This record gives sequence, C-alpha cells and structure tokens, in this order.
Amino acid sequence: MAQPLVKKDDDRDDEADYSPFLGIEKGAVLQEARVFNDPQLDPRRCSQVITKLLYLLNQGETFTKVEATEVFFSVTKLFQSRDIGLRRMVYVMIKELSPSADEVIIVTSSLMKDMTSKTDMYRANAIRVLCRITDGTLLTQIERYLKQAIVDKNPVVASAALVSGIHLLQTNPEIVKRWSNEVQEAVQSRAALVQFHALALLHQIRQNDRLAVNKLVTSLTRGSVRSPLAQCLLIRYTSQVIRESANNTQTGDRPFYDFLEGCLRHKAEMVIFEAARAITELNGVTSRELTPAITVLQLFLSSSKPVLRFAAVRTLNKVAMTHPMAVTNCNIDMESLISDQNRSIATLAITTLLKTGNESSVDRLMKQITNFMSDIADEFKIVVVEAIRSLCLKFPLKHRSLMNFLSNILREEGGFEYKKAIVDSIVILIRDIPEAKESGLLHLCEFIEDCEFTYLSTQILHFLGIEGPKTSDPSKYIRYIYNRVHLENATVRAGAVSTLAKFGAMVDALKPRIFVLLRRCLFDNDDEVRDRATLYLNTLGGDGAVVETGEDVKEFLFGSLDIPLVNLENSLKNYELSEESFDIDSVPKEVKTQPLAEKKAPGKKPTGLSAPPTGPPSTVDAYERLLSSIPEFANFGKLFKSSAPVELTEAETEYAVNVVKHIFDGHVVFQFNCTNTIPEQLLENVTVIVDASEAEEFAEVATKPLRSLPYDSPGQTFVAFEKPEGVPAVGKFSNMLRFIVKEVDPSTGEAEEDGVEDEYQLEDLEVVAADYMLKVGVSNFRNAWESMGADCERVDEYGLGPRDSLAEAVNAVINLLGMQPCEGTEVVPSNSRSHTCLLSGVYIGNVKVLVRLQFGIDGPKDVAMKLAVRSEDEAVSDAIHEIVASG
Amino acid sequence: MELCPSVKNILLLDSEGKRIAVKYYSDDWPTNSAKEAFEKAVFTKTQKTNARTEAEITMFDNYVVVYKFVQDLHFFVTGGENENEIILATVLQGFFDAVGNLLRGTVDKKEALENLDLILLCLDEIVDGGIVLETDANVITGKVASHSIDAGAPLSEQTISQALATAREHFTRSLLK
Repeated sequence: MAQPLVKKDDDRDDEADYSPFLGIEKGAVLQEARVFNDPQLDPRRCSQVITKLLYLLNQGETFTKVEATEVFFSVTKLFQSRDIGLRRMVYVMIKELSPSADEVIIVTSSLMKDMTSKTDMYRANAIRVLCRITDGTLLTQIERYLKQAIVDKNPVVASAALVSGIHLLQTNPEIVKRWSNEVQEAVQSRAALVQFHALALLHQIRQNDRLAVNKLVTSLTRGSVRSPLAQCLLIRYTSQVIRESANNTQTGDRPFYDFLEGCLRHKAEMVIFEAARAITELNGVTSRELTPAITVLQLFLSSSKPVLRFAAVRTLNKVAMTHPMAVTNCNIDMESLISDQNRSIATLAITTLLKTGNESSVDRLMKQITNFMSDIADEFKIVVVEAIRSLCLKFPLKHRSLMNFLSNILREEGGFEYKKAIVDSIVILIRDIPEAKESGLLHLCEFIEDCEFTYLSTQILHFLGIEGPKTSDPSKYIRYIYNRVHLENATVRAGAVSTLAKFGAMVDALKPRIFVLLRRCLFDNDDEVRDRATLYLNTLGGDGAVVETGEDVKEFLFGSLDIPLVNLENSLKNYELSEESFDIDSVPKEVKTQPLAEKKAPGKKPTGLSAPPTGPPSTVDAYERLLSSIPEFANFGKLFKSSAPVELTEAETEYAVNVVKHIFDGHVVFQFNCTNTIPEQLLENVTVIVDASEAEEFAEVATKPLRSLPYDSPGQTFVAFEKPEGVPAVGKFSNMLRFIVKEVDPSTGEAEEDGVEDEYQLEDLEVVAADYMLKVGVSNFRNAWESMGADCERVDEYGLGPRDSLAEAVNAVINLLGMQPCEGTEVVPSNSRSHTCLLSGVYIGNVKVLVRLQFGIDGPKDVAMKLAVRSEDEAVSDAIHEIVASG
Repeated sequence: MELCPSVKNILLLDSEGKRIAVKYYSDDWPTNSAKEAFEKAVFTKTQKTNARTEAEITMFDNYVVVYKFVQDLHFFVTGGENENEIILATVLQGFFDAVGNLLRGTVDKKEALENLDLILLCLDEIVDGGIVLETDANVITGKVASHSIDAGAPLSEQTISQALATAREHFTRSLLK
C-alpha cells in the first residue's frame, strides 16, 4: 500500500498479477483529480484519473458527500476540453456521481450545448446524461430538443432519446406522453434498434388504453417490424392482447395465432423462441396450436449452443406439467440431453422425462438416471429426487424399482438437505403406497445403521415406532433399533428407547423381550435415556406380570402433545419452584399464530428448476390438533376433511380473510383466518357473523371469537354448525366480520383505550358436495374395482353440452366430485375423441368410492359422459350420481 | 412478465472471481455486499464449467445467468427468471466481442485493466438502465473507439507535447507487444 500510484504506461511489469490499479488509494486519487482544474488540460491524463475514480467506485468504494461534490465540480471543468474520449468519460462519471438537484444546474448548460452540437456522439450521450440526472422542471425546458432527437436521422441519437423517454415515463409520465406523435414516427424507422426502443416506449405510453394497444398490435403484426428485438416485444404485446380478449372468443380460431405461428419461421433465433414460448403459455392452448411450437423447440434441443438447449428444455419442462402428451415426441432428444455437459440442462431434461414418461419406460429411465446421479451437485439431485417421488405416486405399481433407486442413492455420499429429501420421499411413499411399506421401512432401517445426521436418525426412529408395529413381522425391526442404543449419541439413544417402548405397547408378543432390552438401558450414562427407560418400564408394566396395554398408555405414547410448545415453554419459565407441582393443564392451548403450513409464503417463488411441491400436505394433522385443542369442538369426533383456504376478500383490502371448511361427521366448523393489514389499527373481539338462512340443514352451535388481532399477525376465529349426522348437507352462507377497532399510534405501537364497533362485509361461502369427499388414491384401480364388486354399482349417462375441449370437461367433473384421479388418467391425450378417467375417494362416513368416467366427444364439441360408480353402499353410489346430475 | 426485455446486471470478473468491471441495473442488490455475494455465488457456480467456445447458461436464485470465458476473464449477463435466454445471450455476445475488438485480440485481465476506460464505455453503450441499447459488437466498438479529437476543434488545441506523448505511447506499446 505504501507504493505510490503506479501510472499507466510507466513501469510495466511482467508479473502475472500486475495491475495498473495496484495499491490504488482513494485519498491519493482524489488529490490527483486536481489536474481537472489545470488551466492547460491534458486530456489523456484526465481520462486516466477519471478511470481511476470509476475503478474505485466500481470496486465498491464510496465517496462522502463532500468528496463527491468536489469531484463533481472539478469534472464539470473538463467540458472545456474538446477531446471526444475524455468527454465520454466525463459523461460516465457524471452519471455515476448522480449529483443532487442544485449541482445539476452547474452542468445543465454544458449538456444542453452538447445536446444541440453537430457531433452525434455528443448529442446522444448528453441526452442520456441529462435525462438521467434531471428533474421535472428542467425537463420542460429541454422537451423540445428531446422531441426533435426522437425523430433524428442518426439512430444513436434517436435511441438515446427514446430510451431516456422510457426511464422518464416512470417519473414524469405527463410530459413523456406528449411525445407520442414523434414516437409513433420513430416506430417506422429503418434503424432496427430505434424501432425497438420506439415500440417499447409507445406501448408503455399506451399500456392502459387497451383499444390503442390492440390497434398497435393489429397494424404491426401485418409486418413492418425489422428488428428481432422489436419483434420479440411485439410477440409479448400480442400474447397480452390474446390473454385479455380470451373471453370474447368462444369459438373459432384464436386471433393473432397465425402471427405467432408465422414468427416460428423468423430467421432470428430469439424471435423463434419468443414465439414458441408465447404459444406454449397461451391460456387453454390446444394440442393443434402447440404442435408447431413444440417442433421448433425440439430442433433447439439438438443445437450446438447450450443457451438454445437450455431455453428449449426449460420451456418444454413447463409444458410437460400441463400437456405431458404433447412433449412425448421430444423424448428421444431429451434422453440424449441426460448426459449434457451443462448440468442445468441435464436436470431439466430428466425432470421433464419423469413427467412425460409412461409406466413402461420407467425402468429404462431409472437406469439412465443412475449413471447421471453420481456426477451432479446436491441441489440438482434434490430436484431429481422430488421428481421421482411424484412419478412414484403417479405409477404406484412401479414402487419397487423407484424405491430401490431411492435406497441406492441414500447409501451414497451426500449432504444433509439431499439425504433429507430422500428420506422425506421414502416416508411419503410408505404412507401413500401400502405395498411399499415393508421394503421402505427396511431401507430406512439400513440407512440409520450408518447415518451421520442425528436429526434424520431420530425422525426415522420416530416414524418406525408408528409404522413398524403395524407390519406383519414387527420383530425384524427391533435389532436395528436396539443397535442404536449401543452405537449412537444420547439424542439418538433416547429416540431409540421411545421407539422400543412403542413396539412393546403395540405388540403384546414382543413385550417380554422389549422389557429385557429396556432394562439394559437403565444403565445408560445419559440421564434422559435412563429416565425414558424407567418411565416406559413403569407405564408398560414391565415390573410385574405381562398385562394388556391400557388405552391411556397408548394415548401417552402415541398421542400428540396438544399444547403449543411456545406456550409450554413460557409456562415453564414462569413456574416457580414451590410445593405445588407443575400442572400441564394450566398451560393455555390457544394458538397465538397460525400454523406455519398455512402461512402464505410471500417470499421467493420456487426456482424454475425445482418440481412443483408434491406429496400430501401435513396441514391436516395441524388442523386436527388445532381443533381438538378448542374445548367447544373437542367432542365433534374425528375430523373428516379440511378444505383448502377459500378467500373471502379481494386482494389488498383492509382486512384479508379466508376460510377453511372443516367437515366432521355431524358438524361443520368454519375456520376464518383473518389478517389485519392496517398498521394504525388494532382489532379486538373479532367474530364472523354467519347467516345460514340459505342453508336449512345447518344450525349454529358455537362461535369462538378472536380476542385481539394486531397488525400483520394473522389470527383465527371459528364458527361451528350442527348438521344431520353423515348426511352431505350443502348450503350457502353469507358472512359479516364484526369487531371493535382501536386506533394505534404507529410510533409507539400503543393502542387507545376506547374502541368503536364496526363491521366488514365478506363474500359468501358455500358448502358443496365435494367437501364431503376425501381424495384418496388406490394403487391398482382395476384390482380395487374388481374386488369392490358390482353389487352397489350405479351406471348412467349424461350430456355435458358443448365444451371447449375434452380436457376441460374431464377437469370440470373431477373438480365437481373432488376425487383423486388414478394412474394419471386425468391427462387427456391430445386430439383424442374419447377418454376414460378413473377416480377414487372416500365419502363421508368412511365409504370407499370408485368412479369410472367415460367421455366421448361428438359433433361440434358436445361432450357426453358415462358415469359408473362402485362403492360399499348403494346410497352413496346414488349420492355421487346426484352430485353430477345437479352440478 | 416484464414486457420489455431487461438486463439485471453485466459482470466482468477475473479468474479468481474478483471484479474488473461490473454494472448493475436493478435494485435487487441494494448494497455492495449483496452485489459481492451475488458475484461470488455466480463465480463459484460457473467456475468449473467450460464456457470458452460457446456461451453457457445456468439458473439460480430465480435469475438466468449466461456466461462466457476467455483467458482469465469471465463475462456474465444476468436476467430475470422469465427473460428470453437468447436475448441475454445476444447481449453477452455483443459485450464479449466488443471487448475482444477493443483489446485488439489480446483479451486478458492485464489488458482489460489497462484499458478499463474502454471497457466502462463499452458497458455504457450496451445497456442503459436495464434496457438493451445495442448488441452489435462492431457498432459498440465504433462508438467507444472514436477516440479522435472533436472534428469541430481547431487543430491548435492539440499541443505539440500532447501529440508527442501520444506518439510515444503508441511506440512503447508496439515495442512491448
């Protein structure tokens, strides 16, 4: 650092890390900047000093206000020099310094002179600088020049003015809007980039005038656009117009589709791709419309340029989510991308293949992926694991090879996140595919034999304790579990002891042996492990004779802690050591904040690489725990189903409310999740007044108000209704939010004493037949169908009237019934005239229902459907028909 | 989707991931440390790839990054996750080729630092506030390299000593090459 500044050109050094900026220091450079004030300017030297200043700024150095002002003033002196190179550096420097309003005045005249100079380079740059640093009042002064510049015959000048216009539109829209005649003229420019910039500005000026945008697009799509970039813009505007006019065109061809399709034959790759992507993103795109776009993307897949391959595979990956059949043509090209040097491309190719693959190709695909897995980073592996999990849920019959694959990669090297993703996937597969349970549990057992992550070991032990005793031969897991007691750290040992106890409680035959093992744990050197062993020996009756395990013991071992841990922690902290022992019932059960799973994550969206979240949500457990903790609802019995939240308010209103419908056998509970979005208000005693006059079978039995609802921390209030037991009663409810509002001082956060009662109208909510249907898949539909038998089968035919497409009709019926599509039959192959869809579910009263839907399309889009229902109860089969008939 | 194609940043880093010249056009990285963290992430993610013949591409943190390397120079262009990858690649290629032209074939860190002024001007000519200004490398080079004296300036303004200095500089350069 002691070295003075090394001057450019002077001591050139042959060392590799030589840099003209070696040892550069802010203070010294600021000193050097005095040369700007020399009466006899040396442009070359001045340029060098500016470069050094810019270098410092670029490296993240900052100037103080005083320093910046000083530099700014001396830089303005350089306008005297007529060296173009130096002037260019001055322009850049002024933009970097972003001077304050009073400083701007100093350079305004110099810049305005440059703006009217004969040198195009000066004009273009002066416009950009001036527009960057100017404010509204100055803008009106130079407006005349800017309008002229927009139509200047020099493209650089015109572009500079237009781009500046785009930036200024954000701050001074009323001024820029006056330029639209000139901008419109510039759109016709012969210079490619001028056209691009003019089009961008013109569209922004008119973006709120739908008719004008429509006219613009209509005239330009007839073909006067030369620049590829402008053509890309036009494609974006066109798809916007298509989106907005979608509702008016029920039949016939989509407007502008021909234009998009024509762009697929453009000579510039960026235009081809933009058009292809726009087509794939059209609302309700048909397979006929998709085909040409898929064809050009397929060509890109075998391009020598990684960027093209990436762009194509990323787009196809998205298409595969909605139209897997359309992408299957590309499968061969996609398979060759598995070995692509670029790992992002390879991962996208694999996840696309996993989405489009059919049952027969799974094995071959898995073989290819196995080779691929060894040489990619963990983050990509996680994406693949998630894709395999959804594939396995789609083709449950393939669970053997997919489960094997997961267990193989579980044995290989990998970080925590990756291992956790695999374990989570196996757990989900075990839960959802009964046939996979035994092999999956054994894989997990083998994994904990050699698992370096305590968290995963304890999670697996816990899971084993719940699932293991229910298997055909629980004893084979004992060895794995007891090994943990010998070989692991205290946390895992304690977990293993609990798991052993669960086996003992559930399997009477194993009890004596479990007691032997637990007694050995009494000599463990860790307190917690010893305590747990003692506790379990006592509760299970290990000291005396072998007895039947009581219900309360099972509840103790398997029941969930229905007290929020935060509340328990607080109560324990407040508990003072005294004669009285700690009473767990004194801990409040009220949940302060919403369960995590429900919170809408406003943060980052999942990246394009990752597959959409799959697997059943764990919210049901959370809801069940929440509801059973409320005494009023505790005797409603088992929760049958909780709906997804339904919004009852528009976005961005003062109070955001959504409702979750919890269905019990004889009751319905509405859980209103409320959020107060006004910082200056505190709401108290919040209730929802539900008017059930249009829902005759429902009678209100209880409400649970929310005591206080501060700003931005969601809370819940509940209303419970009684309804006839086991009957799928439907009805419409109107809702009113009632509360006491108190003003809050935003600076102190304190609320005023007095509040005012107020009401807020919410949207209506409906309980529909689908609310009584649980989505439960079956792994082998045909077996299930045959074994159900035709005793309670009901078959009928329905006409669904004219529909947009077969796929739309299929979706509508699936949504109406609220059932789980099986074996991927919810996907309608393109161009097909008929389709069979298989659904399964559990109807209220725990009645299994299977549905076979046969769709046919005849004549002008008229869809007919044959509905065959099998269930364990005739009445339920009839009820399903009732839903369809009335829906 | 952003209607106008936009560039979030352009980075020129050396073979250790240090800055040579960077330009950010988006508020996604408000502080210098956020910028440095991004550069570090981009660099480590791409450093092992071979992006010397064709531009490569990756995606992370909801950004699309296209990049190309030559010698000890790493060129990057970043866009939002929905940006047309090929537009970004066109910007990258324009920057890459323009720097190649301006450094007259010897494209490495040393040469780049010695001509940092040209590289900064080059960045200034490619993108303005996130909007693509020009992608043709020859046009960009032309705009940056017009290092002559203003045509309207009287010749007397160029002093003898300045002329000599320029001549000497050119001479030393040609000797050292």
